[in-house]
Amino acid sequence: MKDRAELVIIGGGIIGLSLAYHLARMGFHDIVVLEQGYLCFGASGRNGGGVRQQWSTADHIKLARMSVRLFRSLARETGYNIWFRQGGYLFLSRDAESAAALVKNVELQNSLGVSTRQIDVSEARRIVPGLTGKGIAACAYNSTDGVLFPWPAVWGMANTARQLGVEIETFTRVTGIDVHEGRITKVVTSRGAIATGRVVNAAGGWSPQIARLAGCQLPNHPYRHEILVSEPLGPFLDPMLCDLSDGTYFSQTMRGEICGGLSDPEEPSSMSSASSFRFLRRMCRSMTRLMPKLSGVKILRQWAGYYDETPDGNPILGPSKEVEGFIQFNGFGGHGFMLAPAIGKIGAEWLLRQAEHEIFTKYAPDRFGKNPAPKESLVLG
Amino acid sequence: MSKTIICRCEDVCLADLEEAFKHGRHDLESLKRYTGFSTGFCQGKGCTAHAARFLAALQGGDDMVADPPRVRPLLHPTPAARFAGRDDGGENP
Repeated sequence: MKDRAELVIIGGGIIGLSLAYHLARMGFHDIVVLEQGYLCFGASGRNGGGVRQQWSTADHIKLARMSVRLFRSLARETGYNIWFRQGGYLFLSRDAESAAALVKNVELQNSLGVSTRQIDVSEARRIVPGLTGKGIAACAYNSTDGVLFPWPAVWGMANTARQLGVEIETFTRVTGIDVHEGRITKVVTSRGAIATGRVVNAAGGWSPQIARLAGCQLPNHPYRHEILVSEPLGPFLDPMLCDLSDGTYFSQTMRGEICGGLSDPEEPSSMSSASSFRFLRRMCRSMTRLMPKLSGVKILRQWAGYYDETPDGNPILGPSKEVEGFIQFNGFGGHGFMLAPAIGKIGAEWLLRQAEHEIFTKYAPDRFGKNPAPKESLVLG
Repeated sequence: MSKTIICRCEDVCLADLEEAFKHGRHDLESLKRYTGFSTGFCQGKGCTAHAARFLAALQGGDDMVADPPRVRPLLHPTPAARFAGRDDGGENP
């Protein structure tokens, strides 16, 4: 491991790797990425692979639109097949309030060139044969949203970054961040120290802990989010189904599994990644209510990862005011994976060429309490 | 040419493990994700020990260097209806 680097990225998840990948492609490779486990250990290896452009704020819509475009070329660029399948996303609303919000979101998305359509229940049932129409008040459908397999996306970005000279150190835990006269000077790890003036905190659910090592407080909190997969089945489900009444989402992977999860309003903030019977029961109830023919489908496996939640549902991006050289790229909730290509590209241009971008003012670490960002409400899980 | 099968559910052979090892997967969790062993119907009951043994051999020792991969529920594949509290059966789509 190097003992000196221009930039140290803490967190070998998709956000840190996308940043390293784009920086390296722009010619900057004096970077060490530090990962506490194996690649795919954290949320980047534990999510359902959903990629959607249906959001309630313009920023998320634009970032997602750009990410879809970048995901489409990622396999070609990296040589790793990420199994990106644009089967669409179908949102279902069961009450007047969320139906009204859904209509408003569709209008906003359309105004930004994202071709989501409000459709009726009979069209939804044509897109998803076997869907129960009962109780559904409104539907929104975007055919260019989709799902991918997260693991090869992580490996592809990591492999290309490495080939371009980035060091990625797995099983390397950050134990300290040295700050001298208000500036970062060193990152201390379980395998030695690295002298550096710039550190990116892309540690997802662990980012508040990392920030504390540098003497900074972040307002985000980790929440366990559970997910399951079924046995593999022949292709029968094109879009990701999202039920806004309980935050249920599921789609079919390219391996044929049904993969999904749902919100749990009673889940406390914690660093638990245990699997629960409560989740199995609630998820199976919800998915068989939406599609009764899933009743006989065998559930194969369940696991959990962390949502890295901020108070306003938006990420934390940019330099901390308290410590010079300490840069936040965290707080992506449950949708960091799908926004990572755009975040990495915009972030690399900002870090390397000082290219201004509004996300670094709107989502600045010190915004809380004084410059609140518009709350992103279309959050599942 | 004969093949040594490691994982019958996901059709993973010894050659696949060797290939994955060559590509830098030097721990069981990474080997599992790269080759897919232990992600099939038996949930790793038939293959994890074989994979662990071969990883130890590839690492050039008899001892297990890496931790075993985390065991995930369910123990047996079980129809969704059982957890949903529905007894209307249902069939595979």
